[in-house]
Amino acid sequence: MSQIYTLKDKLGENRLFLNRIIAALLIILLLTSGLIVRLVYLQIVGHSHYATLAKDNSIKIEPLVPTRGMIYDRKGKVLAENTQSFSLELIPEQIKDLDDTLLRLQKLLNISDEKIEQYQKQRKRQKRFASTSLLMGMNDEEIAKFAVVRPFFPGVDIQASLVRNYPYADLAAHVVGYVGRINEAEMKTLPIAEYRGSSHVGKIGIENAYETELHGKTGYAEIETNVQGRAINTVNSVAPVPGENLYLTLDMDLQKTAYDALGDFNGAVVAIEIKTGGVLVFASRPGFDPNPFVIGIANDAYQALQTSENQPLYNRALRGLYPPGSTMKPFIALAGLEYNAISAEHKLFCPGYYQLPNVSHRYRDWKKTGHGSVNMTDAITESCDVYFYTLASILGIDRMHDFLQNLGFGEKSGIDLTGEKAGLMPSREWKRKQRNQAWYPGETLITGIGQGFLQVTPLQLARATATLANKGKVVTPFLVRNSASPDSLEDEAESHQEDLAFKPENVDKVIQGMINVVHDAHGTAKTIGKGINYQIAGKTGTAQVFSIKQDAKYNENDIDFKLRDHALFISFAPADDPKIAVAVVMENGGHGGSVAAPIAGQVIKQFLGDNNEN
Amino acid sequence: MKTETRSEQFDPPSLLGNILRKLHIDIPLFIGLLLIALLSFVILYSAGSQDMDVLMRQAARIGLAFFLMTALAHVNPYQFKRYSALLFGLGILLLLAVLIMGQFGKGAQRWLDLGFFRFQPSEMIKITTPMMVAWYLAEHSLPPKPKQLLIAGLLIIIPTLLIAKQPDLGTALLVASSGAGVLFFAGLSWRFILAISTILTGLTPILWHFMRPYQRDRVLTFLNPEADPLGRGYHIIQSKIAIGSGGIYGKGWLGSTQSELDFLPESSTDFIFAVFAEEFGLFGCVSLLTLYLLVIGRCLYIAAQAQDTYSRLLASSLAFTFFVYVFVNIGMVIGVLPVVGVPLPLISYGGTSVVTLLAGFGILMSIHTHKKFIPHS
Repeated sequence: MSQIYTLKDKLGENRLFLNRIIAALLIILLLTSGLIVRLVYLQIVGHSHYATLAKDNSIKIEPLVPTRGMIYDRKGKVLAENTQSFSLELIPEQIKDLDDTLLRLQKLLNISDEKIEQYQKQRKRQKRFASTSLLMGMNDEEIAKFAVVRPFFPGVDIQASLVRNYPYADLAAHVVGYVGRINEAEMKTLPIAEYRGSSHVGKIGIENAYETELHGKTGYAEIETNVQGRAINTVNSVAPVPGENLYLTLDMDLQKTAYDALGDFNGAVVAIEIKTGGVLVFASRPGFDPNPFVIGIANDAYQALQTSENQPLYNRALRGLYPPGSTMKPFIALAGLEYNAISAEHKLFCPGYYQLPNVSHRYRDWKKTGHGSVNMTDAITESCDVYFYTLASILGIDRMHDFLQNLGFGEKSGIDLTGEKAGLMPSREWKRKQRNQAWYPGETLITGIGQGFLQVTPLQLARATATLANKGKVVTPFLVRNSASPDSLEDEAESHQEDLAFKPENVDKVIQGMINVVHDAHGTAKTIGKGINYQIAGKTGTAQVFSIKQDAKYNENDIDFKLRDHALFISFAPADDPKIAVAVVMENGGHGGSVAAPIAGQVIKQFLGDNNEN
Repeated sequence: MKTETRSEQFDPPSLLGNILRKLHIDIPLFIGLLLIALLSFVILYSAGSQDMDVLMRQAARIGLAFFLMTALAHVNPYQFKRYSALLFGLGILLLLAVLIMGQFGKGAQRWLDLGFFRFQPSEMIKITTPMMVAWYLAEHSLPPKPKQLLIAGLLIIIPTLLIAKQPDLGTALLVASSGAGVLFFAGLSWRFILAISTILTGLTPILWHFMRPYQRDRVLTFLNPEADPLGRGYHIIQSKIAIGSGGIYGKGWLGSTQSELDFLPESSTDFIFAVFAEEFGLFGCVSLLTLYLLVIGRCLYIAAQAQDTYSRLLASSLAFTFFVYVFVNIGMVIGVLPVVGVPLPLISYGGTSVVTLLAGFGILMSIHTHKKFIPHS
């Protein structure tokens, strides 16, 4: 019975399936006819129209490249501009013997073999009718030499174009950045249409962070061309929208002072205008000249920059990670007051070392004989390590971590540059995750004097100093201003500031300690406090590059330069009405008070002097 | 009809016939595919700027694909049926692996790196999805009941969504249509097909909401290519100029000016039909379409001749999917469909699609050359 049922079913299925095959055939034929109808429409009805477009007078769509926006400093000084430049362009299709032409050009204009090689590489990536530049940035002599013999070089021509130029060269290379040829990886991520005509794109710095604004919007022209591809007539065009001009908060005079003051040391200086968060100085030394990158830097020159042990390409202000050393002490002191862990008047005795209960290890003070009995202000003024070991052990790592993180340590500041480093603000959780180890009490102590795992960028130091000076209103640093006028910065200030709501009397006590650092007879940076009618608040720091063995004596002059301590200094002024905050880091500079503080002093005096004149 | 089948199986013994039977190759289908593959070399040589390297790489790929096709033709179709569910499950797992690994990479992630070669699970799923749906439906009597429809629908939607998420709209479309093809040939009622089409049309605004920006761009560009002549619309405008300027007889082999002058992007891959149309004209286009139709016709004939439900459904769906390839690619190049990344089958340069396509034809040949007699009782 069931077998008969299946058999019946099978017959029904057969019929159904064959019906469907026939239906599918009909649908396929119908759709194919549709395609053919469309092909007939294109190839017979529209043939003459499309043939005209394709051959006799074809419409070429040419991109109209927008002019890149300029970059200015706060006083209107030009940091990045577009200058006329001439390049030697070759169209391989129009050249009979390319090798011979290249050889003759090489002799005529003294072109290096490397350049020829570079040209050959680039040429192979392009179509034969595309123009490729052999020589960029030609000087007058080269132009004149070629102009005379031009008729003998069919397919070779001089073309004028706008090339990016950075008048300040190495002075602000890291922050302004540079543009370079679009590479293959960038080709994939950039919007195709917008960059159809562009050859360059911002690689680092402001040029990179504000690429969209600086680039502008590409327009296009529909150009009628003849058989040879020569343009006859523009049918229709949409003009490009030039890139925006950017006005930075940077002050190039201050930048130069800071950059020069660093001298031969590697290091960074960051200065922030406290009221707005506008960055006044963003210097990283050694610098490099960004201009060769625009026309394509020679390989050996690039290798030299890459392999130099001073790492000139490295933006130390933004990405340099340093142990903050004693510059951390004012923040730890404020944490102690805010958490009611200690009173500012409470005196601690410093014998020159600190011991944890039941542990023989002695945590040394930088002053072997000790500071004696010190209160908080004294401890900041003289940078007493033992006081801060004690305070750190009272606070504990958890509270220190939370407090310092609020000040921006271990987090990106959010400045409008790409590639910022967040540094490291250690915590129990971090150590368990990263190293699978428990947190040791000794590590709390050395965090209290800015050593150990703690790593900060110069930008973070300047920002935290500015926030402290601003009585807890968090300062967010930025470089590009909303307004284009060089005068007012008021429009971008304060509105969105987060307030850490520190008690004013607590902040005042810490600031008093920092004033004493500069203006007290015992202050570690007293050299810079002379001859001014306002007060500077500061704190020196000396960060150990390596740890010194117990009881081993060392002499700064004896040890290898690269192992010498980093010198740091944070400061703001005027102390009673803070306007500018400055952080200085000098790699292997030795003691912070003697080398780093004077640089901050110079920047502050110049800024406030300038400001007073206005 | 039965006597015909009998006579086919008992051809007078000849040497060639014997060899071919041993090879399990279906001659008409094989010749059709070979012609298309040869045509592919002719067009590629022109479209790929007469670069012999391009030809050699394509030849290696097509050689491998033909080898795989012959190998699969030897497998008894019963084995395909037996492993359908397993292969489908494996394909889904690999798709999930790709998606999870994609979380760590950037942008589109379609490959699994197996060290010695990169494998694209979405290619495998193009075949295993119709296998799975055919296997499932063949277990029940046809036409499918609502419950079976629901399950079959899920079997299609899951891999489709996984691939669409990669995101690879073209492949997702092919997978969906290969599964839908099985349902169609299984006798899905016309009323139901109409209802589904209506609902899908209604869902368009919701689909729009979930599309990636570049996918939206493509749809917008399709609707109005002139709005973005430098970007997405460029492809369509230039491809229409190339095709239209070809006229009835074309400009002759190597005579295309549009692809030569770099007006036409992607001329060797997805837009190769435009080069073909420019060089060989309407005459060539109709010939190529006829060749494709002959191959599809032979496949449908094989499906009609197949002896069990599974083989029929699978064979007809593979034939139908092949047509979807042709229709979607040519439709997009001539500007009647939006631009989705579907290559012109067996002709476009590169891609693993050639291997998958010929694997499908291998299964078809296996179905046709392993027929047995059903004992009559």
